[in-house]
Amino acid sequence: MGLLSDPNRRRALTKLLTRLNAPICVMCYLAGVAWFMGLAFEPFTLRTYMSENAMGSTMVEERFPAGERALATGREFAAHKKKVGGMPVDWLVKTMQSRGLEVFTQSFTRKLPFPDENKERYMVRGTNVYGILRAPRAPRTEALVLSAPCSEGNNNNQAVGLLLGLAQYFRSQIHWAKDIIFLVNEHDLIGMQAWLEGYHHTNTTGGDWSPLQGRGGSIQAALSLELSSDVITSLDLVLEGLNGQLPNLDLANLFYAFCQKIGVLCTIQGKLQRNDWDTTSGYSHAAQTMMLMVLKQASGRPWGDHGLFLRYHIEAASIRGINSFRQYKTDTTTIGRLLEGMYRKLNNLLERLHQSYFFYLMPSLSRFVSIGYYMPAFGLLAVILLLRALDLWVQLGASPPGTEDGVAGGVQVSNGPSSPGVLSILTPVVISHMTGVALYTLPILSQEMAVQHFPVSETEAVVLTAIAIYTAGLALPHNTHRLLQGEGTEEGWRVLKLVALLYLAVLLGCTALINFSLGFILALSLVPIAAFITPHTPKALSAAIMVLLSPGCTLLYCVFVFQELQETPVSLQDGWMLFLSVISQGILDHALYGSLVYPLLALLIYPCWLLLWNILFWK
Amino acid sequence: MLQAKAGQFFSSGHTNNWAVLVCTSRFWFNYRHVANTLSVYRSVKRLGIPDSHIVLMLADDMACNHRNPKPATVFSHKNMELNVYGDDVEVDYRGYEVTVENFLRVLTGRLPPSTPRSKRLLSDDHSNILIYLTGHGGNGFLKFQDSEEISNVELADAFEQMWTKRRYNELLFIIDTCQGASMYERFYSPNLMALASSQVGEDSLSHQPDLAIGVHLMDRYTFYLLEFLEDIHPASTANMNDLFKVCPKSQCVSTPGHRTDLFLRDPGNVLITDFFGSVRKVEITMETINLTAPMVKVTSHIKCYREELTVLSSRTKG
Repeated sequence: MGLLSDPNRRRALTKLLTRLNAPICVMCYLAGVAWFMGLAFEPFTLRTYMSENAMGSTMVEERFPAGERALATGREFAAHKKKVGGMPVDWLVKTMQSRGLEVFTQSFTRKLPFPDENKERYMVRGTNVYGILRAPRAPRTEALVLSAPCSEGNNNNQAVGLLLGLAQYFRSQIHWAKDIIFLVNEHDLIGMQAWLEGYHHTNTTGGDWSPLQGRGGSIQAALSLELSSDVITSLDLVLEGLNGQLPNLDLANLFYAFCQKIGVLCTIQGKLQRNDWDTTSGYSHAAQTMMLMVLKQASGRPWGDHGLFLRYHIEAASIRGINSFRQYKTDTTTIGRLLEGMYRKLNNLLERLHQSYFFYLMPSLSRFVSIGYYMPAFGLLAVILLLRALDLWVQLGASPPGTEDGVAGGVQVSNGPSSPGVLSILTPVVISHMTGVALYTLPILSQEMAVQHFPVSETEAVVLTAIAIYTAGLALPHNTHRLLQGEGTEEGWRVLKLVALLYLAVLLGCTALINFSLGFILALSLVPIAAFITPHTPKALSAAIMVLLSPGCTLLYCVFVFQELQETPVSLQDGWMLFLSVISQGILDHALYGSLVYPLLALLIYPCWLLLWNILFWK
Repeated sequence: MLQAKAGQFFSSGHTNNWAVLVCTSRFWFNYRHVANTLSVYRSVKRLGIPDSHIVLMLADDMACNHRNPKPATVFSHKNMELNVYGDDVEVDYRGYEVTVENFLRVLTGRLPPSTPRSKRLLSDDHSNILIYLTGHGGNGFLKFQDSEEISNVELADAFEQMWTKRRYNELLFIIDTCQGASMYERFYSPNLMALASSQVGEDSLSHQPDLAIGVHLMDRYTFYLLEFLEDIHPASTANMNDLFKVCPKSQCVSTPGHRTDLFLRDPGNVLITDFFGSVRKVEITMETINLTAPMVKVTSHIKCYREELTVLSSRTKG
């Protein structure tokens, strides 16, 4: 007889499973965490290499000469920006036209669901200006984009100046096989979203923008430039985009290759690469860089203007110039040459970048970990859920003493007093999800009411309503049972827990596939409580642990850890204010750009956690 | 005496020369393969083979590629010293016409009746043919245009068909690809000599990049081959042993190979111009020929066969 169909062997297997379940779960958890931390250890990572044959090596001659003129243009731009008090549209149009580009503008308006306190905007109205450099001999089927944001104050003037300088230089070259679009977007991400939606004729987020008059073909790659000083000491590469999507690794490889060739210091996550991987400090440096990338990816927000391109399958990255206290300074001409080299190589592309990895983590700019290497860390955590589910299945299937129904296994929906009814399982599920829906919709809907009754601003109202609903959910189990008749049974909570475990496993699995960092961080906090919560564990201690490991508190810890990793640690009070602003940003990102982190947490993860909370207080 | 002279004339056995030059790669980053083929084309033309006897197959147009900063040129040397595209390049098979099927049809002569003369290899049993292939290859195959391959077995069979149909007198096969020596392993027809730029398991490397154009301009083997051929002129007496010495391992990094076991003559007696040039052998005769005299019956001419042939050879055939 087979291993599983022989009742003796099956009983032996299930006894083994039940006995060893808890130790295996603990080991898997520790192994998962250890595997994840080991990813930053240099011998376990791979060196980056250019996969795309068409781009080849960095053999081009960069001859961009006009760094100083670009800075002068930047200063002119700054002066006009101050005069107009916003985006100097007419000056930009005139300047781009004088450089031989085909210039178009796009105006857009956007009303945010509630005021954004970080950037101090509510009703946003702006104009994007873009000029298209037509390829001299090629058909207009493909395009590359170089963009610089028009920011408040003195930020990013040099970026716009360099953009215009490069436009003038590129115009005199005849070897462009793709159109190059030079874009200056206003109100950073909101303007970029409007431009991209207009370019691709989609409207996913309900913005209002004028249609684009000029187009350049399908965009193959895009770079966003942020430069706020005349000289820089290093260039920082930002890869993380909306919903944790990353551009093709070849774009990062291209940037790194050119930085090496030209001799500019380049960083990722603001951290410079170190060579001493075998020391503890070297390893912790790499681990910190990787953790920063994980946290940024998990937040699901675009960390640069490039983040919105990725949704349209356009590989994009942001290059940020950083001026810190180092002796060796790089001037604008060199940055211009680096960009020229990168664009000449992107010009050689015949198809979109697809040869290298789309899912990776980078402990440093020259080392990466691909999905095949980091996924087992999550897999080990997911296995815990499956093991516990299997254990519960076995317990449910084993004949409880004194039952009338035989050893049939599984849930029998009968009206016997020892088997749970569908209603007693369905009720917590439905109520948890309705609370999730309330958490998702009520904060924005009820902001006016909250402002009338309490002395808070709209943003604070939204955030505090969210936290209030979140905390109100804690009181649910005591109220759910009022709806049910009679007492819950032993089998009842087991079935509910089985459902919750499988639900959580599927949820975390799907999340990890799309955004590994988010899935892994949620798994780290939710898997232990999902595995070990039963109504029989000591109530007070378990309740405290559950609250401490709930999604909301995980977010709070992540905020503190993020600040620590960026070497700007915050006090508790500042951390709390930061936490509130993170929640408001999350809700805004979802409304403005379609970020999925807030709906995921509110509609799916939080109800799952509430189910587990229900199980804890099962009577 | 005339018989001795005729014997000397027929020492090589060929009366006309053909060249089939094929570049099998497309895309801008394979610029060097087109430059390779055009370099050999240029040498072959310079040494006398006319366009009507050259079948040039280029899989992509580098000169007019949008990415070429010097349009209408293909350079073989950095600093743009030598434009091998020139003004009088005649490409017979271009772009997507360069396929394995077309290549084999050209070799074996099985072309549809509507094919123009410029696309045919109209060789006969006194033709010496030079076949030059370049592109990306591997152990036993050569890649055509990213979508198909020709194997060494197919090539060997095509040459056998050519031999059976008496389409060549002697054939020189040069290949510049990675693992090129694998392509001539399977030859079994007589009078074939083969050269390859690298052995099985070795890669043929490219020579120099040109930073202004942004690509590698030539492959090493063909670069040194071109350098060697630039010194050859129609009256040159350099022989095949010199050709075998082109691009030693120190310059080429890969080990060039050659195969002469199927060739009937000794390579030391084979002139470079036997394949790369179209050296007309002209016999000056002091006799006058009366062209208005009626044709003499064939039978009476059997005795004077050899003398007739010397006269006929002055009007070169083909």
